[in-house]
Amino acid sequence: MNTKSTVEIITEWDIVAARQLGRNEAKEIGFGAVDQARITTAISELARNIYLYARAGEVAIERISEGGRVGIRITAADKGPGINNIKKVMEDGYSTSGGLGAGLPGVKRLMDTMDIQSSIEKGTIIIIEKWV
Amino acid sequence: MQYQKIVSDFLSNQTERNLYIGQNFIRQLIQKKVAPEEVINIHKYAMEQLYPDLPEYISHSYDFLIEIMVHFGLTLKEHQSLLEQQEELRMEMNVATKIQNMILRTKIPQLKDIDIGMVSIPIRKMNGDYVHFLGDKSHVSVAVTDVVGKGVPAALCMSMVKYGLDTLECSTNAPSHILEVLNRIIEKSVDDSMFVSMFYGTYNVENGKFTYGSAGHEPALYYNSGKETFFDLESKGLLLGVMPEVKYPQYEIQLQDNDFIVMITDGATDFRKQGELDPRDVIKNIALSCRHLPAQEMCEKMYAYLKKLPDFDLEDDFTVVIFKK
Ligand SMILES: Nc1ncnc2c1ncn2[C@@H]1O[C@H](COP(=O)(O)OP(=O)(O)OP(=O)(O)O)[C@@H](O)[C@H]1O
Ligand SMILES: [Mg+2]
Repeated sequence: MNTKSTVEIITEWDIVAARQLGRNEAKEIGFGAVDQARITTAISELARNIYLYARAGEVAIERISEGGRVGIRITAADKGPGINNIKKVMEDGYSTSGGLGAGLPGVKRLMDTMDIQSSIEKGTIIIIEKWV
Repeated sequence: MQYQKIVSDFLSNQTERNLYIGQNFIRQLIQKKVAPEEVINIHKYAMEQLYPDLPEYISHSYDFLIEIMVHFGLTLKEHQSLLEQQEELRMEMNVATKIQNMILRTKIPQLKDIDIGMVSIPIRKMNGDYVHFLGDKSHVSVAVTDVVGKGVPAALCMSMVKYGLDTLECSTNAPSHILEVLNRIIEKSVDDSMFVSMFYGTYNVENGKFTYGSAGHEPALYYNSGKETFFDLESKGLLLGVMPEVKYPQYEIQLQDNDFIVMITDGATDFRKQGELDPRDVIKNIALSCRHLPAQEMCEKMYAYLKKLPDFDLEDDFTVVIFKK
């Protein structure tokens, strides 16, 4: 059952749909209550960034497995303006919410791995994974 | 599970003792870097174990708290990582300060013909004032500098001044030349917001002449023992680093026995008027009262006295250098 489910992010309520999808999948994969909350929070942050900065995009959620381990992979992709300075946005205290801990550095902390590809005017793809 | 027991003890008996035990337990969790959302989960689990028919809405309320606490957890993690970064910076800063202090270490020349004293007190770890001595058989020169600006940029600028002076050492001692070259160096390489004031003087051991020039620095005080009067060693010259190609005039005085020159940075005069007296007069009076002492002791007396004044500005670096014939 390695299907990929995708939610398009166009309105703010789509963020909620992405969260819901992520939580269901995380629960099914076998994540505990705390990790479910963490994964959902990470999805929420990425979806919100798409909504705020790229206007539109999508969040895809899939189950992953490797050598007996299972986990979840979330791919947030958009064709928005791209992130200017990835190194900078990954620094603590940089996000506009200023020291509320969330934002992209927070997403990285909530998950096991995070990969950002972004090019100016072309868009952004962020892939995050977490293992049970 | 330990937590379950602690909660259960408290629920059956709400004593201060049980609360205290709870706090000690939390302290352990914090040490193990357990996130706040995890703690709620531990609590939820304990409650569900203790009360198998715990109402659903209680369980849900814990789920809600977990969700919310994820953000507190992130804030906490960010805080911790910022603290680690700060500690790293602090350590780097300490090393830099040590290097800086080593680079800028000044040794007061000991000479037969002229008695030299100096006190330079930094307000922070890095001194914004700098005194540079150089000399050969026939001359001893001094540069008293004050970098306008604080912290690391000022410290870097200071090192540049020092290397500039070191390089110039072997050429000429003429103050106007030295100030001109330093101005060019600083103007070219330093940020626009950074300026340096400098008093530069050179004493000719053979004929007792003192030649000086100044770049926007507090005028030195010259005591003529024959006339029993102080004179300001004034010299017009722009701060170093403001404009390229500035000319600095130089002047010369003849020192007689018991004459002395007091060179200061504005940290020494940055206090409000003492009644009728202005700060420079206060310094003159102290100098006069201890002019029989060796130059070094005069400097120390002066600092000890000024430091005690109620209006003395402890927020600025303090430097005084005395040349005494
Ligand atoms: N998908 C994206 N497309 C373009 N720019 C983005 C995208 N995601 C993030 N950014 C840029 O990166 C910056 C940092 O994002 P991050 O989510 O860390 O913080 P934030 O959104 O500014 O604040 P908050 O803490 O509320 O999330 C954003 O301000 C935005 O400029
Ligand atoms: Mg954001």
